[in-house]
Amino acid sequence: MRGATHAKWAACAVAVALAATACGGGDSGGGSGASGIVSSSWGDPQNPLEPANTNEVQGGKVLDMLFRGLKRYDSKTGAAKDMLAEKIETTDSVNFNITVKDGWTFSNGEKVTAKSFVDAWNYGADLKHNQKNAYFFGYIEGYDKTHPDKGDPTAETLSGLKVTGERTFSVKLNQKFSTWPDTLGYAAFAPLPRAFFDNHSAWLSKPVGNGPYTVNSYTKGSKLEMRKWDGYPGPDKAQNGGVDLKVYTDNNTAYTDLTAGNLDLVDDVPASQLKNVKADLGDRYINTPAGIIQTLAFPYYDEAWNTPGAVKVRKGLSMAINRAQITDTIFQKTRTPATDWTSPVLGADGGYKDGLCGDACKYDPAGAKKLIQEGGGIPGGQVKISYNADTGSHKEWVDAICNSVNNALGNDRACVGNPVGTFADFRNQITQNKMSGPFRAGWQMDYPLIQNFLQPLYYTNASSNDGKWTNAEFDKLVNEANAETDKAKAVDLFQKAEGVLRDQMGAIPLWYQNGSAGYSTRVSNVALNPFSVPVYNEIKVS
Amino acid sequence: MPEPDFDEGAAISATGAGGVGQGAIAPTGTGAAMDLAISEGATLERTPGGPEGTGPAGKPRSLWGDAWRDLRRNPVFIVSGLIILFLVVISLWPSLIASGNPLKCDLSKAQLGSRPGHPFGYDGQGCDVYTRTVYGARTSVTVGVCTTLGVALFGSVLGGLAGFFGGGWDALLSRITDIFFGIPVVLGGLVFLSVVTSTTVWPVIGFMVLLGWPQIARIARGSVITAKQNDYVQAARALGATNSRMLLRHIAPNAVAPVIVVATIALGTYISLEATLSYLGVGLKPPSVSWGIDISAASQYIRNAPHMLLWPAGALAVTVLAFIMLGDAVRDALDPKLR
Amino acid sequence: MGRYVIRRLLQMIPVFFGATLLIFLMVNVMGDPIAGLCGDKACDPATATRLKQEFGLDKPVWQQYATYMGNVFTGDFGTAFNGQKVTELMSTAFPVTIRLTIIAILFEIVIGITLGVVTGLRRGRPIDTAVLILTLVVIAIPTFVTGLVLQLVLGVEWQWIKPSVPPDAPFDKLLIPGLVLASVSLAYVTRLTRTSIAENSRADYVRTAVAKGLPRHRVITRHLLRNSLIPVVTFIGTDVGALMGGAIVTERIFNIHGVGFQLYQGILRQSTQTVVGFVTVLVLVFLVANLVVDLLYAVLDPRIRYA
Repeated sequence: MRGATHAKWAACAVAVALAATACGGGDSGGGSGASGIVSSSWGDPQNPLEPANTNEVQGGKVLDMLFRGLKRYDSKTGAAKDMLAEKIETTDSVNFNITVKDGWTFSNGEKVTAKSFVDAWNYGADLKHNQKNAYFFGYIEGYDKTHPDKGDPTAETLSGLKVTGERTFSVKLNQKFSTWPDTLGYAAFAPLPRAFFDNHSAWLSKPVGNGPYTVNSYTKGSKLEMRKWDGYPGPDKAQNGGVDLKVYTDNNTAYTDLTAGNLDLVDDVPASQLKNVKADLGDRYINTPAGIIQTLAFPYYDEAWNTPGAVKVRKGLSMAINRAQITDTIFQKTRTPATDWTSPVLGADGGYKDGLCGDACKYDPAGAKKLIQEGGGIPGGQVKISYNADTGSHKEWVDAICNSVNNALGNDRACVGNPVGTFADFRNQITQNKMSGPFRAGWQMDYPLIQNFLQPLYYTNASSNDGKWTNAEFDKLVNEANAETDKAKAVDLFQKAEGVLRDQMGAIPLWYQNGSAGYSTRVSNVALNPFSVPVYNEIKVS
Repeated sequence: MPEPDFDEGAAISATGAGGVGQGAIAPTGTGAAMDLAISEGATLERTPGGPEGTGPAGKPRSLWGDAWRDLRRNPVFIVSGLIILFLVVISLWPSLIASGNPLKCDLSKAQLGSRPGHPFGYDGQGCDVYTRTVYGARTSVTVGVCTTLGVALFGSVLGGLAGFFGGGWDALLSRITDIFFGIPVVLGGLVFLSVVTSTTVWPVIGFMVLLGWPQIARIARGSVITAKQNDYVQAARALGATNSRMLLRHIAPNAVAPVIVVATIALGTYISLEATLSYLGVGLKPPSVSWGIDISAASQYIRNAPHMLLWPAGALAVTVLAFIMLGDAVRDALDPKLR
Repeated sequence: MGRYVIRRLLQMIPVFFGATLLIFLMVNVMGDPIAGLCGDKACDPATATRLKQEFGLDKPVWQQYATYMGNVFTGDFGTAFNGQKVTELMSTAFPVTIRLTIIAILFEIVIGITLGVVTGLRRGRPIDTAVLILTLVVIAIPTFVTGLVLQLVLGVEWQWIKPSVPPDAPFDKLLIPGLVLASVSLAYVTRLTRTSIAENSRADYVRTAVAKGLPRHRVITRHLLRNSLIPVVTFIGTDVGALMGGAIVTERIFNIHGVGFQLYQGILRQSTQTVVGFVTVLVLVFLVANLVVDLLYAVLDPRIRYA
């Protein structure tokens, strides 16, 4: 390490020399803005800030501050709790009668009524509005008319939605779905004020909602200032004066700004800095489980991966991955080795089952080698793990997995990474069934239900079943679980389905992802919710 | 020293590259009469003039021949040649000096510093930095040298022709250059290289030549435009020299210096550019070992493990140094004012 | 000279069409961008189809190009995927980038040429060797690392600067980013100047000037430097484009929302409108820069005439 130290000093010496010629003062009053205001890192949202059109976490953060829906997921347990919903009643798991609480308004004074919800949902479900989260309304009757798979919509409103009073409306689903009310905490189900429909572009440049914050100013691409809404009627009032979201081109820069005292909160600590958080931040660093699981999916449309022997190969590969070592070294414990296909944030009652995967997820190089040989060896002699190279640092963990597999098999070319230049290209290769080997699959839950971790990913032809895995037994169990009105029994059935997935090793579970954040000395009571979004309204500023 | 034969390149070139207003055809001698450069540095010193400089009278010597005679005696050339020879040898037979396997990595040793048997320590994946640096030479030296040669040849020929002929040819070639300048590297890489399935370095080199030549072409064009104004070129033209003779004998030796300078520095940047392309998944197909890839991987961990960066970056620096020295020696050899 | 400039300006028209068409086709070849808009999930097919219609991606390429060019001539450069107008993106990105580029070029001129002259006149001396070593460091150490180290030392340790540049990015806040951006080009400028100076310092006119008894600094600036600058000016001309469009690393480190960053994002998201718009403007900048360089040739060396 002596050489290394020298290099460090040399680099610093150069920096000093250069700085002397070019720098003056610079620091104009440290700290981070006005009193009571939290400054937080942000990424430019990829879509306009419409509730049913926001499918990534950056836009999601804003909606979480700006809107409150019928339900809200508890920031600690993730359980869906009533927010604007006074009651949601059903007798048959198909027809639901919803009553909205009295006394809620939007920040522009407009009352939140049943119509605010119904209009918003109809807007989101209408194909003409290009809302990327329209599929959330897919369980409501009439969705096939407002959002047909082909051609123009034949209806503008969902026939399953009826306003029955100022604060009441009824919902009819197109199938039995006992836990449907628990999905209503998702941002897509937020109510919308008339201003959204009447002057859409004005609303987009300064959104108005019914949450604890209001938008003060929004400069696209650089800064969004949110301020506490004093008239907020809900129980979860903002504990700070407001939040300034600053757009960063790189999360490493945001982290550096935090350590320099120019920023209060970074909710995405870059992997390369994880080793330094103790030194830089001390205990002002949080690392909590989030509802995200990373897996390796397989292309079942490729004959080579769909043979009876391939099950053993897949299990063997799973056992060749030293998950504990990779999560410790590469991710610095911001991931936890996966032992099932759901997430710990569901809790045992919600369907998470530690160790469900069994031996197939335990590192066992000798067993792995034996299983892969029994299964006929790796198809084509080499596993290529595909990932997109443009976002996230996927290269590192893919390389680490490959090294782990190669060491287990004693062949340094048994596994290689296969980077794909852009995310769009990566997705295109997946949707066009062009993958020839395992590929990166990440799943961030929409709502904390075991159903959400299984059905969209592994049910035959489900929307995110990227590997086209199909199993009649699994489908049957999921159908039964959805129809089951007793929650515990439903969870049990889902876990049975998960057992089928395990026996076939439909996808290799890798690790559960945590949310990680660092914060400044100015703020306290910082936490991340199970969606890895900071609970902004509870942050206190000293 | 000047010989009577005015068709002889070396003699005419000896009048120097300047001549604004002075218009002197006066010979410059051996470079000792007046010296603003105060002194020649030890590394760049050469035998002035002398009988071996003039060669046997009567037998016409070419400038290029003179240059080669000079080069062989130049210690800078010899040192740079030895470094390059060493790089070539370890590129061909890396196992001569590294016994390990660059693809054998043990994550439990990630980022560790120097250990017995592993003097350079380990990288982020727990691979031996020394072994990877030695094995990375083949790819990186091939990419750097071949790209530089391709860019320099292609660029200086096109740029040189544009500068020499001027007019319509210049307009056409220069505007094509402008369009090529406009292609962002990332876009070009994603478009041209993502369709390539070859696992060799050649598509990457080809691509870098495709996007790299415009810069050299501009530099060469500028140099040729300057050089063709010189009196000796005008004299050669008046004496009826052909275009190709003027270009090769009179203009090229005087225009080549900036091209050499830019090309030798660019060699280092090409080695780094390969890593950018590889990072995007359009460069070398994994598992490849190259300095560029290791440098970019190590850059992320500069705060924790700078030793990971030091060795591949050092190897890159030495390579660039060797070629800069070589370029300097060649340029000096081609400059008759130094003779 | 006036006619020459007009002719050069007219040449911009074919280049403009050629460049837009080329870039348009290149982004198009990359394939369907819609699939990248729905996160780790598959877009639902109906919405994907609608989005394709909205961005005109369902039409044949030539028709898309024709429509796009038609819009460009009415000042409409289209819309990025996040709903922002490309003209809006350009109006925020270009001013910042132009300031950054000006600073970088000033560094190249001031530091690069000074070091080049000094080393050219003192070849083989310790200063020459020191500058050579610095050159090698700059080439071998990625900009990312130089930028990061400067940011950590100056921004965090000593607090001389703020680690990130504010959105309005005034000149004084761009000094360090400009230096980082210019670092590799500095190596080129220094060595080009050094070589030219060394070559020309033996030229007859320099001897004559010295013999006439002119003061040393006058010989250097008026006679030696002026005749040595042509390759340097050419290089800086070619570098303008690279500095403006390729500053992605510097821009990311210092949180500058400039052209390099927007262009990079546009390419990765395969947004034809963003990429073609930005590249078109960049190509126009190259054309102007090259014209200026060609005009400077004649200023620096009066024997060169406008062809």
